[in-house]
Amino acid sequence: MESLIKQISKTKHEPKWMLELRLEGLKNFQKMPLPNWGPDLTAIDFGKINYFIKPAQETKRDWSQVPQKTKEIFAKLGIPQAERRVLSGVGAQWNSGIVYQSLKEKLKKQGVIFAPMDEAIKQYPDLIRPYFMKAIAVDNNKFSALHAAVWSGGVFVYLPEGVKIKQPLEGYFWLNLKQGGQFEHTIIIAEEGSELTYIEGCSAPVYSQNSLHVGCVEVFVKEKARVKFSTIQNWSKNVVNLGMKRAIIEKAGVMEWVSAALGSQITMSYPASILKGDGAKAGHLSLSLAGQGQELDTGGQIIHLGENTSGTIISKSICQNGGRTAYRGLVKMIKGAKKAKASVSCDSLILGKKSRAATFPAMEIDESDVVALHEAKTGKISEEELFYLMSRGLSETEATSLIINGFCEAVVKNLPLEYAVEINRLIDFYAEHSKN
Amino acid sequence: MSLKIQNLEVKAQNELIIKGVSLEIKPGEIVALMGPNGSGKSSLANALAGNPIYPPVGGQASIDGKNLLNLKPNERAKLGLFLAWQNPPAVSGVSVESLLRMAVLNCRQRRCRTVCAFRQELNREAVKLKINKSWLNRGINVGFSGGEKKKLELLQLLLLKPKYAVLDEIDSGLDIDSLKLLAKINQPRLGILLITHYTRIFQYLKPNKVLVMKQGRIAASGGRELIKKIEKDGYGKFN
Repeated sequence: MESLIKQISKTKHEPKWMLELRLEGLKNFQKMPLPNWGPDLTAIDFGKINYFIKPAQETKRDWSQVPQKTKEIFAKLGIPQAERRVLSGVGAQWNSGIVYQSLKEKLKKQGVIFAPMDEAIKQYPDLIRPYFMKAIAVDNNKFSALHAAVWSGGVFVYLPEGVKIKQPLEGYFWLNLKQGGQFEHTIIIAEEGSELTYIEGCSAPVYSQNSLHVGCVEVFVKEKARVKFSTIQNWSKNVVNLGMKRAIIEKAGVMEWVSAALGSQITMSYPASILKGDGAKAGHLSLSLAGQGQELDTGGQIIHLGENTSGTIISKSICQNGGRTAYRGLVKMIKGAKKAKASVSCDSLILGKKSRAATFPAMEIDESDVVALHEAKTGKISEEELFYLMSRGLSETEATSLIINGFCEAVVKNLPLEYAVEINRLIDFYAEHSKN
Repeated sequence: MSLKIQNLEVKAQNELIIKGVSLEIKPGEIVALMGPNGSGKSSLANALAGNPIYPPVGGQASIDGKNLLNLKPNERAKLGLFLAWQNPPAVSGVSVESLLRMAVLNCRQRRCRTVCAFRQELNREAVKLKINKSWLNRGINVGFSGGEKKKLELLQLLLLKPKYAVLDEIDSGLDIDSLKLLAKINQPRLGILLITHYTRIFQYLKPNKVLVMKQGRIAASGGRELIKKIEKDGYGKFN
């Protein structure tokens, strides 16, 4: 594997420090055990995963040069108005390389960098080096180590001081090869007083064999900066998705994570916010929909280091037809995080007899001058609510769908519109089969 | 043409709680159903609307000749039956407007032609009931007071335009000013089964008939003269 990593690094013309980081990742990956909690990952055959797929096409910047086949796949994935969106500034990942990268002139003028990570590493090595795998440590766990060793692709965003981008930046990426492993690395640096909304969406066609996806997202929110990061995860039902996301938020900065997990066979995803500076804030909204054969283990972590920091976690999960969901969260307040506030609410809705939902909330609080609230609800659709809606002329399926939609509403209303369409379609399906 | 109940028997948790009730409401009629707590008034209302917790075990119920008892709650609503709930449940994330839009599509013969027409009608009826516009985008019954929930029930009644409405203690929780609004729902062809404990409501909705229910049976029936008797003596004397 070492020779593969050296080859990846060489192919990409990377600086030496990056190769060293990769090799350190490999060393840790080989010695670290699989997690002893959460979903069973022993079925992953690391030997069978294709860690690096060299792109057949060169990076394209003009939509008219994008191959027709790629456009068709965009259409098949149902990405609405993909062309317009892509043209307005999207980096899209095709397998492990960038086939398309378009950057608005306006952003360039403002000094914003929005580039594929592979290119950015070559162009801005000194800018990136102090941040790369710094929010997520290489040896954080077996998969962060694997990611460091074989990462490829992803997006780099740099916002200079005071630059506020009103229009969301979007990155669509997906994998489409058998045994394709994706290890994209995304870094967002938001300098003092800057603002950004970033939308990450993934969608995968169906495969015959298991696929592993271990992406990393690192966000650095500087003083008074604001970043909102929205994700929809819609991998096909045989993907194991173990992505990591972590933000470090400085004084009076604000970080928002909005995530919806719909696809994959197994997902483990716990976006983390480290409230480092005084008055820093984090909001986590997540929605997980697990159907037959799916196990979605999601949650969030908020670590309060500064004074007057505040964090909110709202998690909604639905399991249907034997699907399994778990909320796994951590709120940590260190000694000295005075006047910190945390509020966690996690609700699960269980549809069907074989479905399962679990909740593992943890709070570690070492400071007394704080407020921490936790609320958890797990249950089925209330017969009374169902009858109420039916007494207004709604069929059982319509009423069920309305109740499920209402359950998710707090999260869905914060998602980009085009995601909501996909989620509603899935909810209607769940409603029709809610007894399974 | 009528909402007709004949010898209806209803069980709840395997116990017979409605023991052979008969009554009839014609279009435009108001029938008051009174009685002490636990006499079976709400159970009757729920059984009529098709609540699965109150299954019928005997007798009949029909709307304009169509049998109700083998129909699902939504099919009963489509035939023109409306239940204003005593304690309507909160359904979080489902706005008053979105519920009503679906309900109108399902129940009404004369639908709103456009979403815009529906909104206009909704706003118009809300104004009639002195309902704040901002309520319409909130989750139905989520965080509303008892009286406010009752107003939302009335709003649904006005929008759905049923043939027969069962008002289950619509007056409880309503203040005097809101009680007056009840007069607004009284339309010439609407048949009303008015379930109540208190006679105050009769100033605004004048019943044609009064029934007293006790222990799952109709203990007395008559005209408005019964109201005075109840006000004077309570329910103790009916058997």
